[in-house]
Amino acid sequence: MKKSLHLGAVLSTVVLISCAALILGQKVNAAGEGKISGTVKLDGPAPHMRGIDMSKDPYCVKANPTPAHYETAVVGAGGGLENAVIYLDGWSGAAQTETSVPVFDQKNCMYTPHVLALDPGQTFKVITSDQTAHNIHPLPNPMVNVGWNQSQPPGAPPVEKSWKNPEVIPVKCNIHPWMNGYFVVVKGPYATTDDSGHYTINNVPPGSYTVKAWHEPDDTQTQKVTVAAGGSATADFAFKAK
Amino acid sequence: MAKLLAVTIVVIAIASAIPIVMHIWPLPQDISVNGHLIDEQYTDTMWEAGVSFLASQILLAYFIWKYSRPAPNATVKRFPGGAAALVIAAFVLVGTEALALGVFGAKAWGLAYFAPPGADAMPVQVQAGQFAFYFRYPGPDGKFGPLHANLISEANANFFGLDTTNDQDSKDDIVTAELAIPVNREIHLLMHSKDLGHSFYVPGLRVHQDFVPGLDLSIHFTATKIGRYEIVCTQLCGLGHYNMKAYLEVKSPEDFDAWLKQQAALQ
Amino acid sequence: MHDMSAHAVHHGAPTSFIRKHIFSLDHKVIGKQYYALALVAVVVGMVLSWLMRLHLGFANFAIPGLHLLSKNGAPGDIMTPEYYLQLMTMHGTIMVFFVLTTAPFAAFGNFFLPIQTGAEDMPFPHFNMMSFWVTFTGFLFLVASFFVSDGPTLGGWTQYAPLSAVGAVSGPGQGTGVVLWAFSIAFFCVGQLFGSLNFITTTLDMRCKGMSLMRLPLSAWAWFITSIMGLTAFAVLMPAVILLILDHVAGTSFFVSSNLVINDQVLPHSGGSTLLWQHLFWFFGHPEVYIAIIPGMGIVSHILITNMRRPMLSHRVLIYSMGALAVLSYMVYGHHMFVSGMNPVSSLAFSFPTLVITIPSTIIVLIWLGSLYGSKLRINTASLFGLGFISMFISGGVSGFFLAQPSIDILLHATYFVVGHFHLVMAVAAIFGIFGGTYFWFPKMTGRMMNESLGKLHFWLTFVGAYLIFMPFHYLGIAGNVRRYQAFVDDYLIPLIPVHKFITVAALATGAVQLIFIYNLIYSRFWGAPAPDNPWQGTSLEWSTATPPPHNNFGDKMPVVYHDPYQYSVEGASSDFIMQTSPEPVHSADEEK
Repeated sequence: MKKSLHLGAVLSTVVLISCAALILGQKVNAAGEGKISGTVKLDGPAPHMRGIDMSKDPYCVKANPTPAHYETAVVGAGGGLENAVIYLDGWSGAAQTETSVPVFDQKNCMYTPHVLALDPGQTFKVITSDQTAHNIHPLPNPMVNVGWNQSQPPGAPPVEKSWKNPEVIPVKCNIHPWMNGYFVVVKGPYATTDDSGHYTINNVPPGSYTVKAWHEPDDTQTQKVTVAAGGSATADFAFKAK
Repeated sequence: MAKLLAVTIVVIAIASAIPIVMHIWPLPQDISVNGHLIDEQYTDTMWEAGVSFLASQILLAYFIWKYSRPAPNATVKRFPGGAAALVIAAFVLVGTEALALGVFGAKAWGLAYFAPPGADAMPVQVQAGQFAFYFRYPGPDGKFGPLHANLISEANANFFGLDTTNDQDSKDDIVTAELAIPVNREIHLLMHSKDLGHSFYVPGLRVHQDFVPGLDLSIHFTATKIGRYEIVCTQLCGLGHYNMKAYLEVKSPEDFDAWLKQQAALQ
Repeated sequence: MHDMSAHAVHHGAPTSFIRKHIFSLDHKVIGKQYYALALVAVVVGMVLSWLMRLHLGFANFAIPGLHLLSKNGAPGDIMTPEYYLQLMTMHGTIMVFFVLTTAPFAAFGNFFLPIQTGAEDMPFPHFNMMSFWVTFTGFLFLVASFFVSDGPTLGGWTQYAPLSAVGAVSGPGQGTGVVLWAFSIAFFCVGQLFGSLNFITTTLDMRCKGMSLMRLPLSAWAWFITSIMGLTAFAVLMPAVILLILDHVAGTSFFVSSNLVINDQVLPHSGGSTLLWQHLFWFFGHPEVYIAIIPGMGIVSHILITNMRRPMLSHRVLIYSMGALAVLSYMVYGHHMFVSGMNPVSSLAFSFPTLVITIPSTIIVLIWLGSLYGSKLRINTASLFGLGFISMFISGGVSGFFLAQPSIDILLHATYFVVGHFHLVMAVAAIFGIFGGTYFWFPKMTGRMMNESLGKLHFWLTFVGAYLIFMPFHYLGIAGNVRRYQAFVDDYLIPLIPVHKFITVAALATGAVQLIFIYNLIYSRFWGAPAPDNPWQGTSLEWSTATPPPHNNFGDKMPVVYHDPYQYSVEGASSDFIMQTSPEPVHSADEEK
């Protein structure tokens, strides 16, 4: 019963994603590339995520009529783990840089998204939707990437940045110490799990890969998969609840 | 032009005094047991400083008015008593004034800093860090668990670096982002800084104390009025200094107990 | 009597442009160079204050073009919180060091101390030249920090540790910015040490024949006292900033204690002391306040005596009082630290000398007032600024009564009350001293008179404007308005924002008024009426030499002094003033011995 439900969920997701892929079309099947998809789950009971007491900044309190929660482990329907990043470990293909410019928003005194996966060199935008000033303070290893610490007062234009080298970079706001997130900079194709733990990595050239799943703060798991030309592979992961 | 200057000085002096006399921007309302001593000291000082201010400005203005544009054959007159009289006046008037202020003011200071907290004072710990205050109540066991700097993690809401797995005393500690206290109960506030210099200033409470990294300090106070007040940082601590604050909730004992229970449940 | 001038370093008048105007050994040129430096610095400092005021009065106001100054500090022309603090730090540092110390002490002192003592030059002209260029280098270091990637330091001019000592982890500008700041201050200290040595030696060893110490004018006394303070105060600041630099670049922990956690990471420091920095800094910092103001007292006394046509009621009492201020200033520094966490007994101990220091200050004010009594006051721009100085000094001084008491400091510490207090008593008063000195000595320095009408206009607008700006600061402080906030987000501060708007408007207007002064300065320098040798009928030595003074100050004939400095309105004299160099006998001096 449980299994079939699970299967149903996976199947429907696959169908959905396929439909989406068909609609989005062109990129997915380009040059016989395949894809890797799957689900990341939390193994064990979902941990209690504390509500955040934002009382130090009344703006933040007002912006969150129901208190926001920490996002250390966000577990959705069926134990799906959000905000995990799945990528191909040891990717040796051409360094590809997405041309899209993802947005990292400071909204209601939280980061949206909580985890932002990026290509090395990919430009991203930090914007603020809040009427209180935030400082964006990513903390890379100084030997790997160059960090920065810069405030964005209300109404300030977006900050455009990029990361040179692959690294998991925590980011925080010192003015609102609860605000934390991650930039996950990885080479090669990647995907981030959605609120039910699903992910799909598109544009995977045929071949054998070690698929790596990362979840904060520094948990990783790997699996080996083979992707046929234009085919798809599955890799599911389960992280132990803490 | 000298007369204009004289008039200007008098007008400025009087205009400067008006907002003080009219209490247009008064001291924040006192909500503490010992604050009135500071306020009285402040008022006494305001009288002495205000009189000195007005008297010397008006005297300056008067002399400018009177002694500019002397008659062509005027001779220089000597101030009656000469410099000696003025030196004596300064020593007697200002010396007494300063001495009196110093001696009387010491009482308010002593009550805040020399008198130890009462035996039944409620201990609360406050930690300052860029750019927020966090508070800790010892919980039912009445004991604060030890702090571990290496365990501090704002991302995981472990602001104090508690080890609730291994430290028995930490298990029931209650960590909060605002300082709630029961009204009319003395609070013994144990202060430490996580990172840099900060300060704990509650104007209404007449409490102002810097956090010194590496030093554990404490202050004690009693709030007498239920309400919500702001605790602000006055020691420049970085870019978020202006927004480093927390709320002080002075509650009735019943409300306080309920609040503490509720916070304990949220841990 | 000393006649050390014979031993002075004789250097001939330079001929090349560089030796004459840039690397000059002439104390007069060096004085003018210091003045020019202070003028540049004050313009920069004032523009910074405009930007700060605009931001404070009108939160998140887009200041057109601000992004050109700093892309990160003002994205979309909106000032970030850190950029506000960076501008504030630069404002404070530039104003305290490169204006308030440089102009009244180094600039006027360099130009006039040797002349008023009757010396041909300073005894160590090369040190004097180095003193300026080292100070100038310090200024360049400070300005350079605007152009490093993180911008200048945001730690305030007091640069409290550990914020200043732990590096870039504590915020933008706290890495390279602090190091540049510290180097700047270290250079400044070296410059002032060289300068102070020269000042002290000039006063003690270079006086002309007949010039006893008590015959020195009050301005010379003020510079002499200040230079002794400079020697002792900057000698403490310099090692302090060197230790600060070491904490940055050598991984030492002089000012950083153990187990500090920033951004969830334990800092690799241990064993330092936070309060050590504060003690070292304020051991310099409080004397520094008097280093800024005592020259102003001397200059203003000198100007007023000339314009009151009488000596002060007592020359000696003023000198002793300034000396008492200097000595006491080292014993009161702890009043900056009442609630800093030092032993509360120390707070009381520091409170008493702080209250006692009001006695010499009061004596000085009373002597000024008592000397105004029965005087023959001349009103000109210089004397207006002198009178304005007294008014400002009184206004800023009385608030000292509050801040001298630890119990009241609980209320007022780190509020705008303090900002109002020190701006009036030290900044505005000292600036009035500088303005007064400029209008008074400009003819001697350049050979041309300044425009009096423009000068008076400048005085009136500045006098009223300064009160409009700085009086309301006290009210804000009483209401608990904390300083060094880039915005007022606290519920109890929001009602005070209209006061900030008012102050902003007053500050912008009063700042703009200073353009009149700068115009007057430049216009008069080139097109002003030629100045006579003694335009104000003064008595001291600067008025007995040519305008402008020749290279060796007095030409072929060294002056010989016969009198106390201020022989005005002497009964039975041939005119209402007798110059120090005049052999005319004086029978009854107004001076009390």
